Amino acid sequence: MTVPPIAPGGKASLTAVPGGQGRGLAWLALPALLLFVAFGVIPLIGVFALSFTTWDGLGEIRLSGFDSWRAVLTDPGLPHALWVTFLVIALSWAVQTPASILLGTFLAGSQRYRAVIAVVYFIPLLLSSAAIAITYKALLDPNFGLGAGLGIPILVQDWLGEPALAMGVVIFVVSWQFIPFHSLIYQGGVRQIPRSMYEAAEIDGAGRVRMFFNITLPQLKYTIITSSTLMVVGSLVFFDLIFVLTAGGPGDATRVLALEMYKRGFQANLMGPASAIAVILVLVGLGLALLLRRLGGRDATHSQLEGA
Amino acid sequence: MEPRSTSRRTFLSLSMGLPLGAALAACGGSGPTQTGAGGGPGTSTGSAAGKATYWYLSVEPNEGVRRRAVERFNKANPSSTIATTTMQNDAFKTKIKTAIGAGEAPTIIWGWGGGGLRSYVQAGQVDDLTSWFDQNAAYKDRLFPSSFGAATVDGKIYAVPVEAVTPIVFFYNKKLFDKVGAQPPQEWGDIMDLVKKFNAAGIAPLSLGGQSRWTNMMWLEFLFDRIGGPEVFQAIYDGEKDAWNNPAAIDALTKIQDLIKANGFVKGFSSITADSNADQALLYTGKAAMMLHGGWTYGSMNTDGGDFVSGGNLGYMNFPAVQGGKGDPGNTVGNPAQYMSISSKATPEAKDIAKKFFLEEMNSEPQSKDWVSITQVPIVKGIDAEFGSSEQGPWQKFVYDTASNAKSFQQSWDQALSPTAAEVLLDNIAKLFQMSVSPQQFATNLNEVIGK
Repeated sequence: MTVPPIAPGGKASLTAVPGGQGRGLAWLALPALLLFVAFGVIPLIGVFALSFTTWDGLGEIRLSGFDSWRAVLTDPGLPHALWVTFLVIALSWAVQTPASILLGTFLAGSQRYRAVIAVVYFIPLLLSSAAIAITYKALLDPNFGLGAGLGIPILVQDWLGEPALAMGVVIFVVSWQFIPFHSLIYQGGVRQIPRSMYEAAEIDGAGRVRMFFNITLPQLKYTIITSSTLMVVGSLVFFDLIFVLTAGGPGDATRVLALEMYKRGFQANLMGPASAIAVILVLVGLGLALLLRRLGGRDATHSQLEGA
Repeated sequence: MEPRSTSRRTFLSLSMGLPLGAALAACGGSGPTQTGAGGGPGTSTGSAAGKATYWYLSVEPNEGVRRRAVERFNKANPSSTIATTTMQNDAFKTKIKTAIGAGEAPTIIWGWGGGGLRSYVQAGQVDDLTSWFDQNAAYKDRLFPSSFGAATVDGKIYAVPVEAVTPIVFFYNKKLFDKVGAQPPQEWGDIMDLVKKFNAAGIAPLSLGGQSRWTNMMWLEFLFDRIGGPEVFQAIYDGEKDAWNNPAAIDALTKIQDLIKANGFVKGFSSITADSNADQALLYTGKAAMMLHGGWTYGSMNTDGGDFVSGGNLGYMNFPAVQGGKGDPGNTVGNPAQYMSISSKATPEAKDIAKKFFLEEMNSEPQSKDWVSITQVPIVKGIDAEFGSSEQGPWQKFVYDTASNAKSFQQSWDQALSPTAAEVLLDNIAKLFQMSVSPQQFATNLNEVIGK
């Protein structure tokens, strides 16, 4: 997961600060801004420049105009990679969001046993993606994996060899890894909902399901937007897990944009086209982040909470 | 750009422990280890005066042979020593490329020759060693002639072939052959018959770690050779236009798809990786009857397979002929050797040390014996006299004979071609084995990257 790209300078957040203090506190943004420029903006400019060159990573960098862009944009691999990326984003969002909201709501309760479950449940979050991928690969091995070991025929499938199954496995593993993280966000969100709202609903005779749909869910609106932004932008640059689990295979069934970029740049030694894909990746990411911000309405930074 | 023999060994350590994830995490955490010359404090500061630098792979047992070679050399030459840095396979591949691109390469550039070496040559990063070999003709004559192909770019030699030879070998499980009353295949038709026979007996005919892609490639390398001779790939390598359209190539690609359609490969082969050695495990656990794989798997099957190898159950032979084919059935493919080049950016002193190291230590008798002791076959003529009557003797003799008698020893395609073409090749091979491209589409896709 990476931090969603935020417009440099953080203008939007500054305007939210009441007028008089704006100037005095602007310097607080400086450290983050410097880091962002040094490790975000400058490399980005470099990549943009590289996309107009031909370079194999070894010899000299030669200017070649739009050659790389032409190569990338006419390659049928690009729409395919975009489609696969979109599928990963959409499916992993559709699986993770409902599961995370339900789990987050459940874990928000103050009972002791829920706290214990919460701790156990956050374990996947502590594991590195590469370790998770290698472990799943071993578990899914059709001859020596879980299915064969326990003698459960339904688990003996060509998990990573059938395009649809491989995509399913990727979504499952991604969800398994990140649902705990998003549950944590939702847990925090649910805990901030004032108790009084539920008490009022109880007096009015609302049941648990009704309370969930009429109080919890609407109150979580901005939490959902935050979590979705992280999810969408996170899946957009998802690389390590897919690289180790399927390496983009079978064929190119799970080759997302980030993987396509890596393969071109570091396996095929075509830094120009790889940089062009990187630029596309950044643009798509920025576009999606902006879109999600719009979806949240103009007051996205405001709280709905009482007294806030 | 796929891992070579040594890299596959990298994963041996992983396959041995159950907590795979933990093992990986441990590997990932360990950075390169630097060792100073003569066991002193570590230095790897480029080409300091009086010192040459050398990076190599840190996977046992090969690492030990490489380490002892440097130790012997440094002991004999205290004034001109070599400082080494060891790293894991994948880290090495990334770092060496970055270092060469940045002009910070070690004096001695260790590698796989072929297309990778060609890209270094084109960037002017490695020295031409042709005249050095002319001056040391006796040294050159001791080595397998077949090992020089992958060291040669446009008629000039840019690398010293070193270490050991590893052909791709056709393995089979003798127990399973006895069980169904079958004989090892003499030609391609026999393989197709055996496929039916083993499938009928409920045994997977051929093991394959298809997810790794280069595993599938080995089948094509042999089929191309057996059907059309080494000239077919040579034309591709030389950049002849539309060379993949050769009828022999199309025939080979069609034959492999026929084999897949006949369920020749183990079910779910696309989910199996060679990195985990699961493909070898299928053979020695008796789940699959045959396997085409690199010679390095002999060692790991010997270690992991219980008494499978020591009990004489592992059969091995060169890839069978294809009836009516033009290729000599004695030809082989695989890794003809490893390669050492000299960085053109190194200081003259460092270059001299490197050359001295090549001459005195690489392919020397003590080092060759060391390779033999870990069941490898060094690329030195007459080394078969050292094999003796040990348990591994017959295997080493087989490898030696295969390598030294082969009229053509084709380097693995993904190493021979440029990284750009190799990636397209592996990509299309994966699709060919998925049956998602036809032989003709495959040829068309690859014709586009010929000479790139």
